Amino acid sequence: MTFYLTALLLGLCLGAMGLGIFITMKIFRIPDITTDGSYTLGATVTAVLILAGWPLPLVAGVVVIAGALAGVLTGLVHTRLRIDALLAGILVMTALYSVNLSLMGRSNIPLLGIPTVFKALTVFSNPIWNQVLVGGFFLAILGAILAYLLRTDFGIAMRATGNSESMTRALGINNDRMKIIGLAMANALTALSGFLVTQYQGFADINMGIGIVLVGLGSVLIGDALISWFSVRSIVLQLSLVVLGSVLFQLVLAVALSLGVNPNFLKLITSVFVLAIVGIPRLTRSRES
Amino acid sequence: MIELQHISKVFHRGQVNEVTALQQVDLQIAAGDFVVLVGANGSGKTTLLNLIAGAILPTEGKIFFNGEDVTTIPEHRRSRWVARVFQNPLGGTAPDLSILDNFRLAALRTQPKRPVIGINETFRREVRERIAQLGMGLENKLNQPMGALSGGQRQALTLLMSVMDHTDILLLDEPTAALDPRSAAVVMGTAQQIIQDLGLTAILITHNLRDSLQYGNRLLHMADGQIMRDVNAIAKQKLTLGEMYAWFGA
Ligand SMILES: Nc1ncnc2c1ncn2[C@@H]1O[C@H](COP(=O)(O)OP(=O)(O)OP(=O)(O)O)[C@@H](O)[C@H]1O
Ligand SMILES: [Mg+2]
Repeated sequence: MTFYLTALLLGLCLGAMGLGIFITMKIFRIPDITTDGSYTLGATVTAVLILAGWPLPLVAGVVVIAGALAGVLTGLVHTRLRIDALLAGILVMTALYSVNLSLMGRSNIPLLGIPTVFKALTVFSNPIWNQVLVGGFFLAILGAILAYLLRTDFGIAMRATGNSESMTRALGINNDRMKIIGLAMANALTALSGFLVTQYQGFADINMGIGIVLVGLGSVLIGDALISWFSVRSIVLQLSLVVLGSVLFQLVLAVALSLGVNPNFLKLITSVFVLAIVGIPRLTRSRES
Repeated sequence: MIELQHISKVFHRGQVNEVTALQQVDLQIAAGDFVVLVGANGSGKTTLLNLIAGAILPTEGKIFFNGEDVTTIPEHRRSRWVARVFQNPLGGTAPDLSILDNFRLAALRTQPKRPVIGINETFRREVRERIAQLGMGLENKLNQPMGALSGGQRQALTLLMSVMDHTDILLLDEPTAALDPRSAAVVMGTAQQIIQDLGLTAILITHNLRDSLQYGNRLLHMADGQIMRDVNAIAKQKLTLGEMYAWFGA
């Protein structure tokens, strides 16, 4: 039971990143891999500020700003210098590695015995249930804000930008600015995942972001498969399915580990799993056509 | 209202595939004029509209709206004055968004898109009433994605979208090319009425010579990136289809 709950909790923590990648990949159709860097940035800022004794809400605020700045940077490189989004993301991600390392001052910061968000609620006697509750609560708030935003006039403009740039330009929307805002939002969400995971696992590590973009990508792909499977049009439900995708992803990894798979192969399994999600529908589709 | 001074547009300048789409075009369009633009494929009609809308910048020359130099103002800011219907039905709509969302954005063309929910019952009713006037039965499909409609249906809706917000200039690039004859007549009639009622300055590109005679109060014939003929309202009324065919060497 604890085993599934742990996966559920981690899935919720990483769900914020899933929402971020949903913005870049599904709304803007931009392949953004700043993620690896902004996730670790969120973790780094969290660990450093918690150790410095900052209150958690303030830490969360700084994490959001830091992640957003990373996104803005990628957005500026992409839109102003007309550099491919993928390359822009790699540039910022790589640069962030050094930034994170210098912020941390070492490669790993343990956070043992320090109050975290996950100790904020004590409803159940079993602490893991309380943690799941906190994670779920956090994601529900993020999801609600995002769902609201996407339904506003600004949100419609955002969704249209990824859909038909000639239309949005003709309707007075600055597509470049919109993309920068989108990348900022996405990476702020990713940094929040770093914020949550650091507190959940009790440490920040300079290498914790390596390949994390695939986890987010996988979550969105699972969510998207469910969205098209059930033809979901409601934005709230779409976002919920992305978070569900994140949880399912962690469950699959957890099951693999429980079957005795060597943890060193976890990244390999992640890759193969994402490949399977992307590849299998293509194989069946190409046979149909 | 619109003034083009010595406008030239060269694509791929200095490369083997260099194309001169417009050559030294001078044009003045008075406020409230409804100009019809005809010309062979590739004669530069769409390029002319793109320059006015700001989608592309001229290689040479200047563009003025009401005496204000707008030559370097980017398209998204020039949309304050200009609404348009694209030649490509896919160009003016967002396929994955609902019809209602598309109309909402169009209604904010000249305004900031704020983080507040703008679609309410009043707005929904207004959109439904406007769409109902087309008589295409689309008013009951407001929540369907735009992409689920046919090209012609989308084109008709784009026309309505173009006047959801205030505009001075309306650019119509072959708005009925993708439409069946009955829908084409509806759309042209709607366009005519909108232009008249709102007193818009309009440019219509069409390959339908009958339409070019029936609509508008000025007719321009373009060939090889230049304006070959400029027919005023009185001369236009006397013009016959036969004479026009001769322009195209047919
Ligand atoms: N973006 C572009 N890049 C390169 N060449 C272009 C571009 N747009 C237009 N051209 C060229 O400029 C010339 C004029 O094109 P334009 O689209 O203005 O023609 P048109 O009069 O609208 O034709 P049609 O009736 O077929 O729509 C053509 O030779 C075309 O190939
Ligand atoms: Mg054209």
